[in-house]
Amino acid sequence: MFVARMAALVAAALSVASVADAKTLRWASQGDALTLDPHAQNEGPTSAMNAHVYEALISRDPSLSKVPGLALSWKPIASEVWEFKLRPDVKFSDGTPFTADDVVFSYQRAVAPTSDFRSYISSVKEVKAIDPLTVHIVTNGPNPILPDYTTSILIMSKAWAEKHNVAKPQSYKDKEETFAVRNAMGTGPYMVKQRDPDVRTVLVKNPTYWGAKEFPNYPDELVYTPVKEPATRVAALISGQVDFVLDAPLQDIARIKQTPGLKTEETAQVRSIFLGLDVGSKELKYSDVKGKNPFADKRVRQAMYQAIDIAAIKAKVMRNFAAPAGLITSPGVHGYTKELDQRPKYDVAAAKKLMAEAGYPNGFSVTLDCPNDRYNNDEQICQAVTAMLAQIGIKVDLQARSKTLHFPKLQKSDSSMYLLGWGVPTLDSHYVFTFLYQTNNAAKKVGGWNFTGYSNPRLDELADGMLKEVDQAKRDKMVAEAWQIAVLDIPYLPLHHQLIVWSMSDKVTIPIFANDSPNFKYATIK
Amino acid sequence: MLAFIVSRLLQSLAVMLAVSFLCFVLFNFVGDPVNNMVGQEASPAERAEMRRDLGLEDSVVVQFARFLGNAATGNFGKSYRLARPVSDLIVERMPATLELVLVAAVLALAMGIPLGVLTALRRRSIDSTAIMTFSLAGVAMPTFVIGILLIYIFSVECKSWAPAIGLPADWCFPSFGRGTTVQVGGWSSGLLTAAGLKAIVLPAFTLSLFQMTLVLRLVRSQMLEVLRTDYIKFARARGLTDRAVHFRHALKNTLLPVITVIGIQVGGLIAFSIITETVFQWPGMGQLFIQSVQFADIPVMAAYLVMVSLLFVTINFFVDLLYAAIDPRLRLDRAQLGTAGG
Repeated sequence: MFVARMAALVAAALSVASVADAKTLRWASQGDALTLDPHAQNEGPTSAMNAHVYEALISRDPSLSKVPGLALSWKPIASEVWEFKLRPDVKFSDGTPFTADDVVFSYQRAVAPTSDFRSYISSVKEVKAIDPLTVHIVTNGPNPILPDYTTSILIMSKAWAEKHNVAKPQSYKDKEETFAVRNAMGTGPYMVKQRDPDVRTVLVKNPTYWGAKEFPNYPDELVYTPVKEPATRVAALISGQVDFVLDAPLQDIARIKQTPGLKTEETAQVRSIFLGLDVGSKELKYSDVKGKNPFADKRVRQAMYQAIDIAAIKAKVMRNFAAPAGLITSPGVHGYTKELDQRPKYDVAAAKKLMAEAGYPNGFSVTLDCPNDRYNNDEQICQAVTAMLAQIGIKVDLQARSKTLHFPKLQKSDSSMYLLGWGVPTLDSHYVFTFLYQTNNAAKKVGGWNFTGYSNPRLDELADGMLKEVDQAKRDKMVAEAWQIAVLDIPYLPLHHQLIVWSMSDKVTIPIFANDSPNFKYATIK
Repeated sequence: MLAFIVSRLLQSLAVMLAVSFLCFVLFNFVGDPVNNMVGQEASPAERAEMRRDLGLEDSVVVQFARFLGNAATGNFGKSYRLARPVSDLIVERMPATLELVLVAAVLALAMGIPLGVLTALRRRSIDSTAIMTFSLAGVAMPTFVIGILLIYIFSVECKSWAPAIGLPADWCFPSFGRGTTVQVGGWSSGLLTAAGLKAIVLPAFTLSLFQMTLVLRLVRSQMLEVLRTDYIKFARARGLTDRAVHFRHALKNTLLPVITVIGIQVGGLIAFSIITETVFQWPGMGQLFIQSVQFADIPVMAAYLVMVSLLFVTINFFVDLLYAAIDPRLRLDRAQLGTAGG
C-alpha cells in the first residue's frame, strides 16, 4: 500500500516535471487534415499531418532526397523485384513490434478500392514478407521509380487495424465513421493526443520512437489549429498565439519580416503554374474563330507565349514570390534542367508579327477558365494575362470560378484555354509526362489531366519507356528528349514556379520543405 | 385557436419543404465534391464511379426525395469532407454558436437599451450625437471589417499599447478560437473558464454590433414617440419625477416592440454568425457551413440550411402565436383567411 502510494507520488512529481519542461509548438494553416486514415485521402495537408504519426518505408529529408524510414536499405534484386531490408527494433506507439507483416498488410490496404493511393502503387503485383525484416515488392514489369512511390505509402499496424475494424480505408458509402478517422497509431515521432477536426489537433512525442537518438530535440507537443481567414492567421502569429504559420498571404510577408521576433523561410515550391490551350479540337468551343482552331497553329501559341510579360506578373501580382518558368516542372524534380527552364524573350512586336503570319492580324476572342481559390493569386494572374494578350489582339473573356467548378469543367474537356498548376509528388519527370503530356487515354490510364488534346507519338513512346527503363543513363536521355519535345511543341504556356514562404517566431528553427509539407521532427523550439 | 395552430403548422411545413427543395436546386451550382475527395492521380473512370456511388448523377428531384426520406428518419448522411455523420458534426458545433449568439444578444440588449434611452432623452447633447454617429458605423460597417479591426487593435497592436498605458501585456485578447472549454454533459462550454470568457469578448461584440445599433435606434425612436403621447404629458402634469416618467411609464411601453424584434433577430444572429465565426476561427456551425460550401460538402450544407430554416420557421411560428394571444382579432382573421405573414 505504502509502496503503491509512494510510486503514485513519484509518478505525479515526474509528470509535473515533464509538463514544466514540455516544449510546445503551436502552428496554423488554412485547412485541416481531412482524416487521420493514412490511405483514405491523397491530399497535401492530410498527408502532412499523418506523416507525423505514421511512417513510410522510405522518407524524404529536407532536401527531399530519399532517406531510410522504416526500411534501412532497398535495392532491385531482379528486374521486377525490389528488396527492402526493414529497420530492426522498431515499435509502434502502443509498444507492439513492427514487422514485415505490417508492411504487407499496409500495401494491401493501400490498393483496396476505397484507398486514394491506388494509382501510386498500381504497378505493384505482390508484396511478400520473406522474413520479419525483409520485404519483396514484385511489380508488373520493371519499375525504376518504385522507391519514390513508396514514400507516399504509410505503414499501419496490422494488429491495431484489425482490432479496430479498419482493415480497409474509410469509404464514403458507409453510414458510420470508422475508428481510423479520428484515431491513429503508428511508428512515427508523434502520437495523437486530441483530435477535433477543424478545431484543434494535439500530437505528443511518441516515447517508443526509434529515431529519438537521431532527433533528440524536436518539440514535445504539436498543437495544430486550422485558421481559415488569412488575416486572422497573420494576426495570430504577430500576437504570439501561434509559433508557425504555413501559408501566410503573400501581401503580408513584408509585414511579418518587419515584425521583431518573427522570421520567414522561403524556397521554390515543386509546383508550376501554366496555361493550357486546346490544340486538339477542330474548332475552339469558346472562340469567335469558326471552322478552324487558332491554337492548333504553333505560331499563335508562340505569339501568346511571347506576349506574356512574366516579369510584370512576378513583380506586381506575385510580389516576387514566384520564379518565371519555361518548364512545367521545378528545380528538385529529376529531369529538370536550368537550360530548358528558359522562356522566349517578352516581345510584343515579334508576337504581333507571328499573329499576322498565322493569319490573325486582328486577333480573335477566346474564353479563359481560371480557378479563384486554388493557387497563389490565381485569379489576378489570369487578369494580368488577359490584359497582356489584348496587346496582340486576343480578346480574352475571363471566367474565374471556385475550384469545385473549375476542375470538373476541365475534366469534361469543356475549356478552350485554362489555368492549371501541377506539383510532382514523386519528384520524377515521368509524373508530369504521364498526366499532362501523354495522349489522353482512359483505357491505358495515361494523359488523365491532358485536356489540350495534345498528342505526340514520340513523346507517348518516351513516357511509356521511362516507366520501364532501369538503366539510369538511358532513362535520363529519354527524359531529356521528352522535355525538349515539350518545349518545342508548347501545348502549354508555362508561367512560373510558386515560391513558398513559411512564417514563424524566431524561437522556431525548421528546415523548409519544397513540397510545402513541414516535418516537425526536424524542428526545434526554444 | 386549434384551427389557427394547425394552419400555421401546415404553412411552416410547406415553407420548410420549399426551402429544402431550393437548397437542392442550388447545390447544382456549388460544383462537384468528387475532385476534392480523390487525389489528382485518380483516373476519370474512378471519379465517375465515385460520382455514381454518391448519387450525384441522379436528377435533382431524385436526390431531393432521397434526402427527405433519410432526413425523416433523422439521418443526414455522412460529410464528404470529414467522413463523419453530419448530425454528430452539427451537434458538436452547436454549443459554440449558441454561446456566441447568447452573449451577443445579451450585449446588444444591455448596451442598446440604455444607450437608446439616453439618446432619446438628451437629444441635442454632444454625447447623443456621438453615440448616433457611432451607431451609424455599426449599421454600415461590414462585420468582417469590424472583426479584423478589433483583432488588429485588441490583439495585435495591443502588445505595444497596453503596457504603455499601464496594463499587463497578457491583458490583450486572443485573436482566434474559443480559449479553454470544459465539457458539461454533451455541451462544450467556454463560458466557465477565464480564457474562454476572454476569447468570447471580441467575436461576441463584433456579432452584436449590428443588433446593438438596431436596438439602440429602435428604442430611441419608440421612446421619442412615447414621450409625445398624452399619458406622458399627463404623468408630468401629475408632478411625477422625471425618473418615474422616463423609466416606469415611457420605457416600459417602448419595450414590447423591441422584444418582438429581438426575438426575430436571434435567428438573424445565428445567420450572421457565419462571418464572425470565419473571422475569429470560432468553431461553430457557421464555420462548418462555410468550409462545407468550399468543399461542396452537400450533406452538411443541406442539414445546416434545413436546420436554420427550421429555426426561423419555429421562431416565426411562436411570434405569430404570441401575437394571437395578445390580440384576439388576429386569431379569427388569420385562421379564416390563411394569409398570415412571416
